Amino acid sequence: MKLLRDVGMGSREMVSGAGYTVNLLLRTILALRYLPRRIRFTLDMAYAAGVRALPVTAIVALFAGMILALQTGIELRKLGQSEMIGTVTAISMCREMGPFMTAIILAAMVGSAMAAEIGTMTVSEEVTALDVMSVDSTNYLVLPRVIALTVMCPVLTVFSNLIGIVGGGMVADNHLGVSQHYFWLTVRESLLATDTLFPKDVYVGLFKAIVFGCTIAIVSCSAGLRADGGALGVGKAVQRAVMISVILVIILGYIITWFFYFLVH
Amino acid sequence: MIELHDVHKQLGDREILRGLTLTVPKGKNYVIMGRSGIGKSVTLKHVIGIFQPDRGKVVVDGVDMATVTPVDLRELRKRMGYLFQNGALLNWLTVAENVALPLREHTKMSRSEIGDRVMKVLELVGMDHAAGNYPARISGGMKLRAGMARALITEPEYVLYDEPNAGLDPIMSDQIHNLIVEVRDRLGVTGLVVTHSRACAFTVGDIIGVVDDGKILEEGTVAEMQKSEHELVHQFIGGGAD
Repeated sequence: MKLLRDVGMGSREMVSGAGYTVNLLLRTILALRYLPRRIRFTLDMAYAAGVRALPVTAIVALFAGMILALQTGIELRKLGQSEMIGTVTAISMCREMGPFMTAIILAAMVGSAMAAEIGTMTVSEEVTALDVMSVDSTNYLVLPRVIALTVMCPVLTVFSNLIGIVGGGMVADNHLGVSQHYFWLTVRESLLATDTLFPKDVYVGLFKAIVFGCTIAIVSCSAGLRADGGALGVGKAVQRAVMISVILVIILGYIITWFFYFLVH
Repeated sequence: MIELHDVHKQLGDREILRGLTLTVPKGKNYVIMGRSGIGKSVTLKHVIGIFQPDRGKVVVDGVDMATVTPVDLRELRKRMGYLFQNGALLNWLTVAENVALPLREHTKMSRSEIGDRVMKVLELVGMDHAAGNYPARISGGMKLRAGMARALITEPEYVLYDEPNAGLDPIMSDQIHNLIVEVRDRLGVTGLVVTHSRACAFTVGDIIGVVDDGKILEEGTVAEMQKSEHELVHQFIGGGAD
């Protein structure tokens, strides 16, 4: 009986949390008209998010690119197709790995900090103080954070893609016998194969990054605003923010890939 | 005038308020005293419109808080100030920026006009010397005084004080009490004060109401309350340590 009650309570909590988050997203969209008033704070947040995540993104992207090239290179070499390593690395990084890794890093580093900041404000009544002063917490606290991360996630993704491909190039040159010149030639050819200004693999990856950035910010702000019960509540809010962000990044990543490569050709 | 009529409120599985009724006349300070967790702060949150009563009525300046529209509530709140227990200052803003926030958000005043008004209010609360400090760099008492300045910056008609001397030493407490009295006398502000402290109640209170079991057990002036024969009222108002 207790188990059933706990499951029921947990489900109710999950549904109400999801409802609150969707409602917060809609309110943030409606608050977009206040963006010019919040531009300074938005830029501060974007700068902080970028600076905070940049070193980790660079290290992770470099090694991810190297691992990707090494693992794939081993198999390609068996098939006598080592020269394809540039194509594989570039497409994998731009389409999937770059946005995914960047989003996970942002969820862990920036999303958790957002949830902690807003959670602390909530439990110490600072958010209530804003309400009391008739200052809308959505456009004052949430909007700048959402815009900052929605902009910074694709920016960091481009950076991450580039560093990852550089890492792949280093492995190709040192371990697979593919020269840097040939590697970069295949990278360029694979990304420009469609002869369009914005190759599909790049823009799908950037679209993913925009969705991931917005999702992480909204989920983290929502977790922070729903925090209660002092420091313990803030800790739980951070945990919830990171967990839900990572799950949503994976699910949304799958849905976007499916949409662009299977539904829309 | 602030009026609460037969207000009931349940939070979780506990009924916090069970028919609380009180009236705060204009220009007076009404002090609510009572044990911890009895619903004193919840009462303040009903007055400012953060909570809605399950039953009963909360009326501020003739406006029923249950039926007020969001726009009217926003306008009403601009005429009210709220002093939180810890000041509730935003950490990334300086004291002056915190105090200026309501004016920046709701008025078209110029930067210099806002700056002048902020310094005037900070002087009133004795915080002009710390205008450029961040909340993390100032003491609890200074945070409270900065919170008080923020509550007063819009020249409100009503100020709600939630434990205005919580965690303060007696000297700092006295300063805060005197400030509340000064705000009433100089600015004609109507105050609703929640406190455990007898010293606070005696200094600032025109009317004192002792809450128990979710309603006002007894209310009156300091002199009237001191004569009360009710045991709980006697414990709060009568002898013993503060």
